[in-house]
This record gives sequence, structure tokens and C-alpha cells, in this order.
Amino acid sequence: MSEPAAAPAGAAAIELERICKSFGPVRANQDVDLRVEAGSIHGIVGENGAGKSTLMSILYGFYQADSGLIKVKGKPAVIRDSAAAIKLGIGMVHQHFMLVPVFTVLENVMLGAEGGALLAPGRRHAREELQRIGEDYGLNVDPDALVGSLPVGVRQRVEIVKALYRGAEVLILDEPTGVLTPQEALKLFAILRLLKERGETVVLITHKLPEIMAITDRVSVMRDGKLIATRETAATDPEELARLIVGRKVLLQVGDKPPSEPQEPRLSAQSLTVTDELGVPRVKDVSFNVRAGEIVGVAGVSGNGQDFLLEALAGIRPPSAGNISVLDHLISAEDPSDPAAVREHGAGHVPEDRHEMGLVLDYPAEQSLMLGYHRHQRFQHKWLLDPHAIRSHAEEVMPAFDVRPPDPRLRSADFSGGNQQKIVLAREMHEHPQVLLVGQPTRGVDIGAIEAIHRRILAMRQEGCAILLVSFELDEIMSLADRIIVMNAGAIVGTVDAKDADTHSIGLMMAGVRAGVQQEA
Amino acid sequence: MGPLRVFLKDGAPPLPRWARITLLPLLNIGVALLLTGIIVALLGENPFAALAVMLKGALVYPGGMGYTLYYTTNLIFTGLCVAMAFHAMQFNIGGEGQAIIGGLGTGLMLLMLGDSLPLALAFPLAVLAAGACGGAWAFVPGYLYAKRGSHIVITTIMFNFIAASVLQYLLVNVLIEPGQMAPQSAKFAERTFLPQLHGFFEALGFKVAKTPLNISLFLALAAAAGFWVLVWRTPWGYALRTVGQSERAAVYAGINPARVTMQAMCISGALAGLVAINALMGDAHRLLIGFSTGYGFAGIGVALMGRNHPVGIIMAATLFGILIQGGSELDFEFKLITRDLVIVIQGLIILMTGALATMFEPPVARGLAALRQRRQRRRA
Repeated sequence: MSEPAAAPAGAAAIELERICKSFGPVRANQDVDLRVEAGSIHGIVGENGAGKSTLMSILYGFYQADSGLIKVKGKPAVIRDSAAAIKLGIGMVHQHFMLVPVFTVLENVMLGAEGGALLAPGRRHAREELQRIGEDYGLNVDPDALVGSLPVGVRQRVEIVKALYRGAEVLILDEPTGVLTPQEALKLFAILRLLKERGETVVLITHKLPEIMAITDRVSVMRDGKLIATRETAATDPEELARLIVGRKVLLQVGDKPPSEPQEPRLSAQSLTVTDELGVPRVKDVSFNVRAGEIVGVAGVSGNGQDFLLEALAGIRPPSAGNISVLDHLISAEDPSDPAAVREHGAGHVPEDRHEMGLVLDYPAEQSLMLGYHRHQRFQHKWLLDPHAIRSHAEEVMPAFDVRPPDPRLRSADFSGGNQQKIVLAREMHEHPQVLLVGQPTRGVDIGAIEAIHRRILAMRQEGCAILLVSFELDEIMSLADRIIVMNAGAIVGTVDAKDADTHSIGLMMAGVRAGVQQEA
Repeated sequence: MGPLRVFLKDGAPPLPRWARITLLPLLNIGVALLLTGIIVALLGENPFAALAVMLKGALVYPGGMGYTLYYTTNLIFTGLCVAMAFHAMQFNIGGEGQAIIGGLGTGLMLLMLGDSLPLALAFPLAVLAAGACGGAWAFVPGYLYAKRGSHIVITTIMFNFIAASVLQYLLVNVLIEPGQMAPQSAKFAERTFLPQLHGFFEALGFKVAKTPLNISLFLALAAAAGFWVLVWRTPWGYALRTVGQSERAAVYAGINPARVTMQAMCISGALAGLVAINALMGDAHRLLIGFSTGYGFAGIGVALMGRNHPVGIIMAATLFGILIQGGSELDFEFKLITRDLVIVIQGLIILMTGALATMFEPPVARGLAALRQRRQRRRA
């Protein structure tokens, strides 16, 4: 960690004054004042729903502020849409890349800035520019490579190049390391430092405190739509920031958990291979088992087969080779199963993607709380659904899992991320499953709710449930799991006992490097 | 909340439910009528006079009401047909073809039965034939979608043409009444005619104009009630709505989207098939060409305007019934406008309630929120 030299104060790239933005009754931004010095790296941290993304969306023209003033390089600016933002020299690298996978890097960079009806002159110009940007900023990418064939870290670099090509002087990065390995993240940081040296201004939105400490000059903390504090990074520490973020002292670790006393194996996979629709193997020859009363964590960077593994175990995707056994239920390529059957045999599944899978956003909470169990007798009266039974189920479960507000009729979409997750957990855990598959239980969930969710998962383990936990947050896996499986490119790179695990070696394994052996990542 | 949603909603406050089901549809109809009025004025007629003629023709003139409700009956069936598919997020444009094949089933059943059964037995058999044939016709696009990924909009449109051609061929070459020039079958047996409602009123001592309105209206209302129970009160309906809302969530829940979609298409087609009960068994009393023309299309508007809910569909079908019946009066009264104007109004309503349904949502929501705030401030 190098000591970042703070940029000279005085020249502001961006100034926001008294920005307010409401969505109905929700005040997403209240009187936010923010000053980003030119040529600095400015971090913005806060829980989900604290208003970081709204603020940056206002700056990038996705939203209009209800009131307040935006100044770019000292001049008041009106930013109606992203085109206006680009014109003002503001570029944004989204969390989910906005790239066309079947286009080359060059074509992606040019997209929207072709410079005329014919492509050829624009392409020549773009190629030269790409060359220049590559040399100036150390951002070398092959202009003729197909974006779809590039690893995530390089795609992100393409996004940055794209913004620079459009003349960005202020670069906003939204949770840029969410999809990167620790090693790729380090490379990104090196790029950001170089950008700063070349006079660019970087705004980094993140919820990871180590990143803030490692790279930023200044950091602003947002909470409940307000900008709580701005600090010189050198003059603060993670404990203070964490305190500012949640407004109270929190434990950053789950703390001591009781020792695990694993019993009989309840979930196992033998030589499991899962292929996607195109026939590409996504899970390759994976074998493991999970015993009653233990949590097995699956660590890995997003997109390394974890989602396919979970879906296969839950019966959503048939295996193409190998076997799965969930309690006494056997699944194989010849004898595939379906999610209803797996659930009936006593396995709960908290899916990675609660918006697409775990909930139906348009349903009231009470109806999302019966998803997958809608054919249960207790929700029926004769052959009709029983609205009273559905309501009373929700009224029982929602307070028990601290879902706020505990209103069964509120639309699932209108709950905060953490409470949506609690709805899914409530539904699956209330059944007291013997096996629980959990994907990304705390993604997009704020710190207060994370604690509660972790405690729930540990309580299930104490009850003797066999739990498989997939998470992209290494800290989460390290603090919850009893054993850790590390996946890379669909294969298990290694299995580590949680007691002996350290971030560095797991990080290397996540990048595909087996312990002691150097490999092409 | 993704950026796209952001653009669409622009942070407007949520619209209360009551406003969404009353204020918005009324606003949409109002704008559609306003635009029609402008067109009428451009044609050189007085729009208010035209509106008055339409309303009188549909509701006041002798027989107007009967015809209006007769059309409404057909529209309830096709509206429910479109709505059923829509709950599975499919656009069934094929109501017309499904009604034609349903008519073929009804016609063949009744011609076959002849005079052998009383109405009480012939009626359920005819309903069954109409539903089964209409459902089977819709099953094919449903199957092609589920197994082959063919787009239901395309296949159902194509199936309309196929159905029309099949019926025409059969009527011209096979089922035509001997000695007749027109492509239509022999008459059904008189004891299987559905009772028409003017008969009831006459029996009660009221003098009512003779109209084709018959007891199929009650079948339509029963179908609407059944629709509500099926979609909102059964586990199957829950599965259907889940598939429509989020296919991934359905798969996660152990629901087979392909199967549910096929089932929904069958029920959808069966509902369209019931048009034949009203039009053939209740009115024409024989199998003929063109008995369902336009109803499949109008059903889309009815379902959109009725927000895919049976109560809304009944109300929207009544409105469309008024338009059709009232529109036919325009022919008589005005030189410069014809009943085709009704198609224009229908098209505008579909445009307003379907394609532009959410256009007025943000401004209305903002207006209501402002009103509420002012009221609160005044109270404070």
C-alpha cells in the first residue's frame, strides 16, 4: 500500500451543492454537498440504499435532482442525460459492463461516437486514439479482440478506455472490484493511480473499506441519503469509516461460532459435470459432500461455475455427467430431477439472484412467501388457494425473521434489498430443511441485515442442517464456513479447512493457481 | 432499479391502486374519443352530434341495447381469451381463428346431433365442442412455442388465416346446404336454438325489439367468474401468474413454464371458441363464414383496457359493444362518416390503453401526490 499523495486543494472537478432527490416518500438524497478535487481519487462509501448510486446517477444524467446545483470545473452545469455528462467530460464505468460481446474492442469503443456515416475514417481515428490512450495510461488492449472472448478484468479496462476515448476527465467507477479477483483488483488500482498521475479525476463508489484505504485520497461517507462526512484518507481508519457508515459500532466479524460437529453426509456430488445451453461445460468433474451440522463455503470469482453448480444441486439444471444425492434423492444425467422434487425431499434453496428467481417482484410479500410451496396443503382449502392461510403464514413468518415492514400486502419490489433477502430466507428456513443451498445471501444487503442473516445461517447449522454457501465475498465465506471449496473455471481448485485458510492463498486459488503450482489463470 | 426503469418512471411517486384502475382508463378513453372527435371534425361533421347518435343507437333506440349486449358477449369471450394468454406473458392474436375452429366444432356437433337431443343436453355438448376445438387450435401455437420457440404472435396470426381457409373450404365443398349458393351449412335443429332474451321479456309481458341477444351472455359472465377463480384462487393460477411475471422464478419454484404456457394457450383458445355458442347456436343457427370477424382483434383492446381482470374485461367489452352497435348507426345518419369510424376509435383505444398505457401514469401520479400534499398542508 503506497502512501497516496493528496492532490492540491483548490481546483474542484465536481461540486455538488445541496442536492435533493426523492422517489415518492423516499428521500434518496438530502442536501448533499460534495466537492471532488481535480486530479484526485475520491471514494464514496455507504450501505446499500444510502444514496451513493442515486447521487452518481444524478451526476451522470440518469436522474434529475429535485433541487440543488451541479458545478463542473467551477461552472454551473445542467446534465439532462448521459450525452450531456459525456460532453462535460464525465465518464462512468458501470458495475455491469455496457459492452457488446460480439463486437471487437475497437467497435465497442467507437460505439455511439462513430464520427460520420461511414465507419472507415472513424475506425482509423479510433485506432490511433486507442494506441495513444494505451501508451499514455498503460491501458493496452488488443483493438481487434472480440469483447466476448476477453476476461472480466480486461473488459473493465475496455470500459475505462471507452470513457477516456470520449474525453472523460472525471471517471466514475461503480463497485468496480465486485467481479474481479484480488489480483485483478490490484491491477485496476495501478491503472487508477496512473490515471490520477495523468491528471484524471476518479470517483470510486464501493462498500469495501480496504479499497478505500488503499487507493483514495479522500473519502465521503453516505448514510440514509445524507453525506455524513468527508475525510482525508490518510487521516482516518477503517474502524472510524465503518462507524460512520452504520452510525453505530459494529462487529466486522461474526465472532466466535460454536465448533462444528458434523454428522452424516446429506448432500453430495460425484464427478458432477454441468453444461450450459451451448454445450460448454460450466462445472467440471466436481466431487464433494456436505454433512449435517456443517457449512461448506464455495469461494470463487463470479462466473466460475458457482451458479451452475447451485442450479444443478437444486434440480433446476440437469447434470450432464456424474451424480448428485440430496438426502435419499438421487439425480443423474439419465434420471434428472426438478426443483419441486428436490424441495419435497427436504432441501431449501436461497437462490443467488433474488430479483429474478427468489421473489416475484410484482407479488405482494405474502405471495412471494409461498413461491415453490404453492401446492402445499396448508395454503389450500380443498383445491382452492386459501387467502387466510396465506395471510396468516406471512403474518407469522415476517416478524419472526424481522422483515421490515412486516406487511404481507406490500409489493415484494418495495422492500429494501436486505428485507427482500429476509423474505427469501424466511420462506426457505421456515420449512426447516435438512439441506440448505444458499447463494450470495448478503449481496446488496446492508451491514445491519448482514449480521442478522449470518446469525440465521449459523443457527440453521446448530440445528443440524447441512449448508452449502456460495458467496463472492471472501470475508463472508471465511467467517461462516467450516470448510471452503475454491472454484475456478468450473473446477474445484482446492478444499481448505476454514481454520487454516488465509485470504492470500485462497485469492491465488480463486485465480486458478493451485497451491505451489503456477498456472495460466 | 436499472437505468431503463429509471428513464421510464423518472422517479414519479407510485400511483395508488384506485387511480390506476379508474382514473387512467377513463383518461385513456377520453383522449381516444377526443382524437376521434378531431377526426370527425376534420371530415366535416359535428363530433358531438356523432357521439350522440352513437350513444342513442347503442342504448336508446329499440333493439340497440340488445345488439350492444350481444356484441358484448362475444367481446367478453375474446377479451378473456387474450387476458388468459397474457397472464402467461403471451400475446394470443389468434382469437379469431380459434373462434372459427370453435365454430366448426359447434357446427359439426349440432349438425350431427340434429333433432336427437333436447337443448339441456345439446347445450353442454356444443359448449364442450366449441371449447375443445378452439383450445386444440390454440394448443398448436402453444406447443410450437414451448418446444420449438416459435413466436406465438406470429403463429397465432398465421393460424387465423389457416382457420378461415379451412372453414371456407369445408363450407364451399363439404358442408354447404344442398341447393344453396351461399357458403353456409344447413340449419341446426330448432330445439337446439339457444333461447333469445327478447323471448323472456315478452313472456313477462314487456314489448322488446327482437335482437340476437341470448343466454350466452350468462355463459360469458360465468366464464369471467371462472376465469377469476382459476387465475387468482388456484395453485395453477398462481403458477400461471408466476410464469408470466418471471420465468426464472417459476423454474426455481418447480413450475414448468412450457407446460403452463401450453395449458394457458389451450384455455385461451377454448374461451375464444365459445364465441361460436353466442354467434352460431344463439343467433345464426347454422355454420357460416365471418361470424367472428373482428372479435379476436377487438378482444386485444378489451383485455388491455380491462387490465386482464374479468371485471375490467366485462366493462371494456360493454364499451366496445356500445361502439360497435352505435357505430352502425353512424352509417344511417351521416353522409361523410361510416361505421369504419368505429375501427378508428377501437384502434385509438388500443393505442391509448395498450401501447401508451403508462404515458399518463407519471403526470397523473405527480398531480395526485401534489394534491395530497396540499391537502395535508392545509390540514396542518
